[in-house]
Amino acid sequence: MVKLNASAGQILLRCDGMRSMAQIVAELENAYATTGLAADVEAFLKFANDKGWVERVDR
Amino acid sequence: MSAKAAAFAPVTPPLWLVAELTYTCPLHCPFCSNPLDFAAQNNELSTADWIRVLKEARGLGAVQLGFSGGEPLTRNDLEELVAEAHALGYYTNLITSGAGLNEARIRNLQEAGLDHIQLSFQDSTREVNDFLSSTRTFDLKRRVAQLIKGHGFPMVMNCVIHRLNIDHVERIIDLALDIGAEYLELANAQYYGWALLNRDHLLPSRTQLERAEAVVAARRADLGNRLRILFVVPDYFEGRPKRCMNGWATTILCVSPDGTALPCQAARMLPNLAFPSVRTSSVREIWFESPAFNRFRGEAWMPEPCRSCPERIVDYGGCRCQAYLLTGDIGATDPACDKSPHHGIVLAAIAKSEQIREHPLRFRSPDNSRRIMEASGSRTDFE
Repeated sequence: MVKLNASAGQILLRCDGMRSMAQIVAELENAYATTGLAADVEAFLKFANDKGWVERVDR
Repeated sequence: MSAKAAAFAPVTPPLWLVAELTYTCPLHCPFCSNPLDFAAQNNELSTADWIRVLKEARGLGAVQLGFSGGEPLTRNDLEELVAEAHALGYYTNLITSGAGLNEARIRNLQEAGLDHIQLSFQDSTREVNDFLSSTRTFDLKRRVAQLIKGHGFPMVMNCVIHRLNIDHVERIIDLALDIGAEYLELANAQYYGWALLNRDHLLPSRTQLERAEAVVAARRADLGNRLRILFVVPDYFEGRPKRCMNGWATTILCVSPDGTALPCQAARMLPNLAFPSVRTSSVREIWFESPAFNRFRGEAWMPEPCRSCPERIVDYGGCRCQAYLLTGDIGATDPACDKSPHHGIVLAAIAKSEQIREHPLRFRSPDNSRRIMEASGSRTDFE
């Protein structure tokens, strides 16, 4: 069992097979009134992909 | 929360509910985690009882649900329980031998919202698989694996590892790849209940273990993410105890077929704990207030050498069931630890496993369960 921290949870909540990486980043930046999250989100999603928690879907 | 636990960590809700729906199982594996006296337990919870337990545990915050047994597919209300659990928001996992899983049932389970399936094999060969389970199930399991992948379920292949199959680890990994499992759990046998009864047959030699570990390391490096291999710690050989169940009543709540609530599947044979029942107590009362669940929380209960050991926050003193089964003292340091004054018991077991076995494997069958109860009362002596 894996227990996510709050920011990881907020990222994975948005991984629904529909949103793009850019949309997820934009939503999070908007929700937390900040910028420059792209690198962190991408790094986490790469980690999550390696762990098998998410997979990339090409649309 | 008890005052004793406060110094260590606050009691948080259970995250993982293990629902042992039944002890009925067509397989007779001699390392089964069910209690030796399972044949005396025939008062299974009703569907309505289970639904109440699912709701109460989810209400406390449990998110993961394992349907286990016995063989949970022998309950014909499994689909109904999965549907209820799915509606409540659990991630649901079916832990099965494969026996009873056919096209109709897997379709119904999928419609009910089942998320994940763990399928057991006993070996990579038909001969050993069928010998150990006392059933002709190897080909059936292969067909069931196709059914599982055909329906797009994520699948864990589980194989209990011991002296009789540890040299097949390479081929067991190949089997997992062949059937399309995403995860392979190489579950080194844990010596409680039936596995302890048969320990002289099952405990591998140190050489066997080291060879298997080398194979696993090489294949992991080779396979990367194609297959994730979990190698359950063979604690007899580690010199340190396992962090059993992530700590007594910290994470996992196990409810056995008759409703007895336990911190783990093996714990019901522990003496003088009066484990509460979901028939008479709410899950909240059981988890937060029952003396049995609070008994080994925190560190106030710990004896030396744990009490002054810096690693007590890593392994929580190891496993209470193992401490009791090997030393007779439920509150002792787990003898798997080489700091335990009883560690010699574990070393002697390893030494003994190298010798010729004097009596045959005892399979987990209702007849053997009753025979053991008649011969020994409540507890079997393994010394």
